Amino acid sequence: MTGAPVLQVEGLEKRFPIFRGALRRQAGEVRAVDKVGFSIAAGETLCLVGESGCGKSTIGRLVLRLLAPSAGRIVLAGTDISGLNAEAMRSFRRHAQMVFQDPYGSLNPRLKVGVTITEPIENFEALGAAERHARGVALLARVGMAADAMDRFPFEFSGGQRQRLALARALSVRPSLIVADEPVSALDVSVQAQVLNLLMDLQEETNIAYLFISHDLGVVEHIGHRVAVMYLGRLMEMADRDTLFASPLHPYTQALIAASPVADPRARGLRVPIEGEVPSPVNPPSGCHFHTRCPHVMPRCRAEQPSLVAGAPGHMVACHLHSAG
Amino acid sequence: MPPRIDVRRFVRRNPTIVIGAILLIVLLMIALLAPLISGDPQRLAPIDRLRPPSAQHWFGTDNLGRDVFARTVWGGRISLLVGFSVAAFATVAGIGIGLLCYLSGWIEAVVMRVMDGLMAIPSILLAIALVSLTQASVATVIIAITIPEIPRVTRLVRAVMLGVRERPFVEAATAGGSRPLKIMWRHILPATIPPLIVQATYSAASAILIEAGLSFLGAGTPPSIPTWGNMIAGSRVFLSSAPWAVFFPGVSLAVAVLAVNILGDGLRDRLDPRLSRRM
Repeated sequence: MTGAPVLQVEGLEKRFPIFRGALRRQAGEVRAVDKVGFSIAAGETLCLVGESGCGKSTIGRLVLRLLAPSAGRIVLAGTDISGLNAEAMRSFRRHAQMVFQDPYGSLNPRLKVGVTITEPIENFEALGAAERHARGVALLARVGMAADAMDRFPFEFSGGQRQRLALARALSVRPSLIVADEPVSALDVSVQAQVLNLLMDLQEETNIAYLFISHDLGVVEHIGHRVAVMYLGRLMEMADRDTLFASPLHPYTQALIAASPVADPRARGLRVPIEGEVPSPVNPPSGCHFHTRCPHVMPRCRAEQPSLVAGAPGHMVACHLHSAG
Repeated sequence: MPPRIDVRRFVRRNPTIVIGAILLIVLLMIALLAPLISGDPQRLAPIDRLRPPSAQHWFGTDNLGRDVFARTVWGGRISLLVGFSVAAFATVAGIGIGLLCYLSGWIEAVVMRVMDGLMAIPSILLAIALVSLTQASVATVIIAITIPEIPRVTRLVRAVMLGVRERPFVEAATAGGSRPLKIMWRHILPATIPPLIVQATYSAASAILIEAGLSFLGAGTPPSIPTWGNMIAGSRVFLSSAPWAVFFPGVSLAVAVLAVNILGDGLRDRLDPRLSRRM
């Protein structure tokens, strides 16, 4: 992990306004993403984990500028894309591609697979139909699919195969970053492993970076190099995978790890139960967002928001238990 | 994709499409072949007026001695021409305006308010107003009926569009660097076609009825052209003495509208993915 990062995000914020009443006046806003920063190097996989609604998918869409950020910088391949206009951003999209969660919805059911997976090539490279077809066949081969898929329709394929096709489309313009938003959550467990291994093989071949969004810690442990934990729009902890799983510092991370299913429940060890519901992001708790459910809550947690600091070397954590002050 | 369609199975599964299509084709053939199968609809024969149906005049004659069969056959040309033209023009205009809304939210806001306004006016009133402002001709009638029909198509296109543009494959196309125009053409437009085909049949049916209504009121095509509407209007005074002069154009009108509606219903059932299975 050397050289400039492929992606660097600083102080990223996304606020969605809420409109109420007949006059559609702005009644408030949801801070879906609140001052988030991280970076990803070439050939690295950063996993973004958290419960549903914590803003992890929003981050994925912000990074690709499918949503416009409210504040912050997004530096992709050396360029700050947070303020680019639509056309400038469009021509920059070849650097970063996306794989979506729903393999049934992300392929247009009316189009032949060949058309779908070469659509980005069409947008960025002036190639003839024959050359584009050849590129499509090569892409299919890379994701382990036969060439005859080019002329077939999405409904003829299973979920795992469709996710391979979606990956072929993402790879078509040789991006340096792929944002994978829960790419295996919709798949059977046996197929999940195949797709994850394919992702890892492709990374070894091409040194591509992944921003891998997931709520499944088992999957994250398999594919991630580094892991960032989110709660209600904020980063709670970020560390190497091994460090994070072996010695999680944040009580939320500890609870997440304790709550994830393991093959042998007796081997689980310490169990930290987490109680209550995720609070509303419209009206989040003061101070540390997690204080309403934290087993170690202190008066300070209610008043003051902890900042993300190094709790240990290379191990960032936002918790008053670990902050020096 | 199944390369061959089993005709008998298709007929069994989609009886309404087949019945509607056959009826419509028969009506079309009659209208197209009018000069071959009937005489001059305008030939006056005052001696033979108000004659009941006979071997010589299959549908009888009207108060001016004109052959009702010939007039009914020729009148079908106008009805079907108006029906198909209105359906075609309204669909094309509706797609154009609807897709324009896709490209700009500002245009969308303005256009949809205009469409709401148009829909608030009863279409037959608007048509009467337009026809009386200009010269009576078939083209005027078609334009007058098309304009109030456009908002229905536009709203349909917009409704489909709003649904499709939230689908992940549209976001995927954006992420893949496709321009909005390309996304519209490749991903949005094809999704609007099946509901539009159904809507076009309903537009055609209502256009045939409105045309007949306009002709009946004398606000439609010039009286020199026989249409079902002005035939009924001209002969209604003689309803008790010569019912055939009203009956035949009336039945033809009903059959034409029924045929188009049956076809539309069948297509709706067939094209709605929630109701139909693959052939």
